[in-house]
Amino acid sequence: MDYLMRIIGPLAEGTGVTLQVFVISFVLAVPLGLALALVRVSRFAFVSGLVNGYIWLMRGTPLMLQMLFIYFALPFVPVIGVRLPDFPAAIVAFVLNYAAYFAEIFRAGIQSIDRGQYEAARVLGLSYPQTMRRIVLPQVCKRVLPPLSNETITLVKDTSLIYVLAMNDLLRAARGIVQRDFTTMPFVVAAAFYLLMTLVLTLAFQHLERKHAVYDG
Amino acid sequence: MARPMINARGVHKRFAAVEVLRGVSLAVDKGEVVAVIGPSGSGKSTFLRCLNHLETISRGRIDIEGETLVSTTADGVCRYAPDADIRRICRRMGMVFQHFNLFPHLTVLQNVIEAPITVKGLRRDEIVPRAEELLRKVGLLDRQTSHPSRLSGGQKQRVAIARALAMEPDIMLFDEPTSALDPELTGEVLRTIRELAEEHMTMLVVTHEMAFAREVASRVVFMDGGEILEARPARELFAAPEHPRTRAFLENML
Repeated sequence: MDYLMRIIGPLAEGTGVTLQVFVISFVLAVPLGLALALVRVSRFAFVSGLVNGYIWLMRGTPLMLQMLFIYFALPFVPVIGVRLPDFPAAIVAFVLNYAAYFAEIFRAGIQSIDRGQYEAARVLGLSYPQTMRRIVLPQVCKRVLPPLSNETITLVKDTSLIYVLAMNDLLRAARGIVQRDFTTMPFVVAAAFYLLMTLVLTLAFQHLERKHAVYDG
Repeated sequence: MARPMINARGVHKRFAAVEVLRGVSLAVDKGEVVAVIGPSGSGKSTFLRCLNHLETISRGRIDIEGETLVSTTADGVCRYAPDADIRRICRRMGMVFQHFNLFPHLTVLQNVIEAPITVKGLRRDEIVPRAEELLRKVGLLDRQTSHPSRLSGGQKQRVAIARALAMEPDIMLFDEPTSALDPELTGEVLRTIRELAEEHMTMLVVTHEMAFAREVASRVVFMDGGEILEARPARELFAAPEHPRTRAFLENML
């Protein structure tokens, strides 16, 4: 018990890093993903194609590779070459990567809305942006909650990848203690912390789903 | 003679290799109720959808209240009005769909006031009394806080009618408004449309309800194979159909 109290401090610190990376990435990736999805379903074939290529790139290469690239290789890329400290580099990687996945979730949601909704909005005189904002996206929000919740939980766990940038997140903190003290206890505590975080998210998404359940369809 | 509310001349519509409309011409005068009947696939719904630009035509001309929505030049080039004009012209027409197409995330009242607020920029307190009056008219004032999923098909369609009327259209287009309804629910919807007819709303109704067409329509149009084969006063057409295909169709229906 004493031991537990001693390791909980550093593990809580690691959890703080994990949470920061998660929250900032999530808050930025969702709107970016939505924007990408809107471009993707738009009638502008060229930019839609660009987004398609972007999604292919982001989903087709490992997130860890992307993170390493942004941290180590980006400074040497001509024109856009910038050297990012570890924290912003991690955020950029997560946002760019997860926005691609979120974009596909939103695209599926947008395309699942019945054509009749667009037609009804159109004959009432709503413009395309008005139709999207007032009619389509509110319905999309409800439909994408389950897959969005899935992806969000994955993001929590994927934050553990930042150890490659030598950042002290929850998992790396745990591993450090394990290697120092020759006990697996920190892993159990870390698992409990992850479970707690994902439980909170699961409950939050369940709450949102219930709130949207006032209507069917 | 006042200009017609709807004036379609030689409208052609082609889906890939199929010519769905082959030169449809129809003029609808103010206050007229025109029923469009005909077998499935005859092009009657497509024709209706061309009138408010849900479908684009490949040749012909459509004028709404004297304004040209689309025309075709002598060398066969089909030219639509600029987008802003299309929106303005089409806003004069309300439309009711076979499958209602109510907005499921909004309540009955919100469905009715959405377009007046978003499109016309009305304030909530300006449109709510009018919306309530419309809902009272279609008999659904007590359901105004319900979501569409809680309504029967007939109720949904009556909300859809109220929603269209809230934009104060000059013309109402009905695309098979009772075809998706259980037989016992068609009556309430037809009654609502009949009341509109009594108020001299100009209406074009694509329907399979022959009794309704006979009683309510001032004129009945029979379409088959993408063409209008007969367009005559309802009583005449039903009493003595001229075209053999009209006769065959009516015999089948009745």
